[in-house]
Amino acid sequence: MTVATETVRPGRVRKRGGPVQTSEGQRAEARLALWLLLPAGIVLAVIIAYPVVRALWLSLNSDARFGTSEFVGLDNYIRAFTGSGAEAFWQAFWFTTQLTIVTMFFELVIGFGMALIMNKAFMGRGLVRASVLVPWAIPTAVAARLWEWNFQPDGVVNQVFGTNIIWTAGHWSSFWAIVVADVWKTAPFIALLVLAGLQIIPSEVYEAAKVDGATALQSFRRITLPLVKSAVVVAVLFRMLDVLRIFDLPFILTNGANQTETLSTLSYKESIQQLHPGYGSALSTITFVYIILAAFLVNSLARADVVKAQGGR
Amino acid sequence: MPRRLGKFAFIGAVLMLVLTACGGPDEGGGGGGGGAAQGTGPITFVAGKDTSGKYPAVIKKWNDAHPDQQVKLLELPEAADAQRSAFVTNLQAKSDTYDVMGIDVVWTAEFAKSGWLLALDESQFPLDQMLKPAVDTGRFEGKLWAMSYDTNGGLLFYRKDILDKAGKQPPKTFDELKALCPVAQQNNMDCYAGQFAKYEGLTVNFAEAVQAAGGELMTDNGTKAALGGPAVQGLSFLADGFKNGTMPKPAITYKEEEGRRSFMSGKLLFLRNWPYVYGLAAESDPANKVKGKVGIAPLPGFTGAGSSSLGGLNLAVSAFSKKQGTAVEFVKFATNQENAKEMVGLTGNAPAWTALYDDPELVKKFPFLPTLKEGMQTAKPRPVTPYYQEVTTAIQEDAYAALQGQKTPDQAINDLTTKLNQIGSQG
Repeated sequence: MTVATETVRPGRVRKRGGPVQTSEGQRAEARLALWLLLPAGIVLAVIIAYPVVRALWLSLNSDARFGTSEFVGLDNYIRAFTGSGAEAFWQAFWFTTQLTIVTMFFELVIGFGMALIMNKAFMGRGLVRASVLVPWAIPTAVAARLWEWNFQPDGVVNQVFGTNIIWTAGHWSSFWAIVVADVWKTAPFIALLVLAGLQIIPSEVYEAAKVDGATALQSFRRITLPLVKSAVVVAVLFRMLDVLRIFDLPFILTNGANQTETLSTLSYKESIQQLHPGYGSALSTITFVYIILAAFLVNSLARADVVKAQGGR
Repeated sequence: MPRRLGKFAFIGAVLMLVLTACGGPDEGGGGGGGGAAQGTGPITFVAGKDTSGKYPAVIKKWNDAHPDQQVKLLELPEAADAQRSAFVTNLQAKSDTYDVMGIDVVWTAEFAKSGWLLALDESQFPLDQMLKPAVDTGRFEGKLWAMSYDTNGGLLFYRKDILDKAGKQPPKTFDELKALCPVAQQNNMDCYAGQFAKYEGLTVNFAEAVQAAGGELMTDNGTKAALGGPAVQGLSFLADGFKNGTMPKPAITYKEEEGRRSFMSGKLLFLRNWPYVYGLAAESDPANKVKGKVGIAPLPGFTGAGSSSLGGLNLAVSAFSKKQGTAVEFVKFATNQENAKEMVGLTGNAPAWTALYDDPELVKKFPFLPTLKEGMQTAKPRPVTPYYQEVTTAIQEDAYAALQGQKTPDQAINDLTTKLNQIGSQG
């Protein structure tokens, strides 16, 4: 990789460093480029930069409902980490984290399985592919209502398993209810991404492995897994970003009862329901930073792994 | 390169400035004094989505009579949270686009204290012909800020067929209700349910239990906790109910609809719910097993009649409206007896006008009205406090913990008292 950058760089420098004086034509081109970029720049500033900066600013101000709010520095953050909001915040933080790890594990395993099945050539493959994707096509809020019904005391889940559990009345039963609903809905998404990865693996590789006498398990571990890995990493990243800001399912299934508040439902309740824009913005900012860090971590882990695997060969 | 970057940064900075100036921090609103309402002309009436089609008729009547002061209806989303945030955003910006606002009864104090509402002249409304509790939902700090458009109270629905067979009368107190639970058991039914999931309905049911014991939630214009002994007694009834089987275990997940379904599938003897259940329980539907078997009674209490929480919609005039004269006139018009009667006929919602509960035409259509009137005499607004949302969240937290057995009622009320006092003492 380092070698590649070195060979590219001199070329670029030469191109730029040629004439010191930029010609009039080049400057006009640069001006044109600026004007052409401006609309996109404005759109980005309005829809991304402004809300982020404004939320950051709000998070540094107090929430006086009937007076004027003042600059309070990091008070809102301290309140979340160690102050009066700490109990609710850490509950939401750990619950969201647990939820992310557990749902991602199941989604990955089940999604991978689905992808392997969909990748095989058999009668009615089109039908299977289409039906596997149905849950993914249903809007999350609708899916949440559906599972709310399923998990009712006299709902489908209890009927099918002959159990008598009041799912949304306890912490862990609520946790598993949310996990099941989320896995049901998004395992197809993982399956779709993994399937795309599987389909670019040329069949010759498998044939060669077969000729060499590799077992099915060996070709799965030595061919399928490494080659589909980048697709899986993308899928994991997407899902992680999604679950860390999960809102609809817990909001509809439990409304945060029995310590099932997530970071997003908590932020929503503070900023919209309670009208605490300062504290709510602090919570959203923390969530935002947490998601970025988590994504960064997963990304660098995955990349290190890929580099190591390539270096080993 | 640096120069170009500088240019971008400059444009960015200008943009940021312009944007922050638009949405800059808001100072607490002024406005809202007494004074005569002034200004006439076309106005906008803003309310949550009109699901029952009750507004067009009254607006048309008004518009036909006032060609130069036309009323335009602007509908907000159906969900209460979304409505409230639309109102708050608009009013914080002191916008004059909303003239007359249909607001949830529990927001009145908050909006009034924020200086967003015009105080109404009480002498212009025939308040003595209206139910006091309904009118009180619009009062805060001694002034009338909003006029009741429709109201809503709880009823006790019961299985008349089963009580008749057992030769029993519907319960007037919680003790009588508990004593009837064996009848439910003999019929393989659950005994009693209300709304006990962790949401607004729990606040309503908790408040009713506290009021039934003669207590209330908050005093001093909603800045101090009242609670005390009656609150412990009320909460204990609910918490014990889950332990001794008066309430079935699944009722901890019940909102309005879950309880209604259980009742209408014939699995529940007593149900606390809103009047809308009456109409549904009278319909012919394969899922409705209780057609013609339902009786209604006022909510039970501890020593006598209980006390319902009030729901409903109030009409208020924006402090920032430039046509407050027209706005006030429209509020008077929309809430007058004739229009109220039409509204009840269309929706079955409870009116503020006392006389309408005995109106033969309406009673024929909605036979629950006389019973509801009985309950309405003792009904109380949910705490009229400018911090309603925080108050109800705190109530749900502690009441739910008590129902789940994670706190004793004593402990829960203690914790709640501390929290409510804290909430009430903030700026």
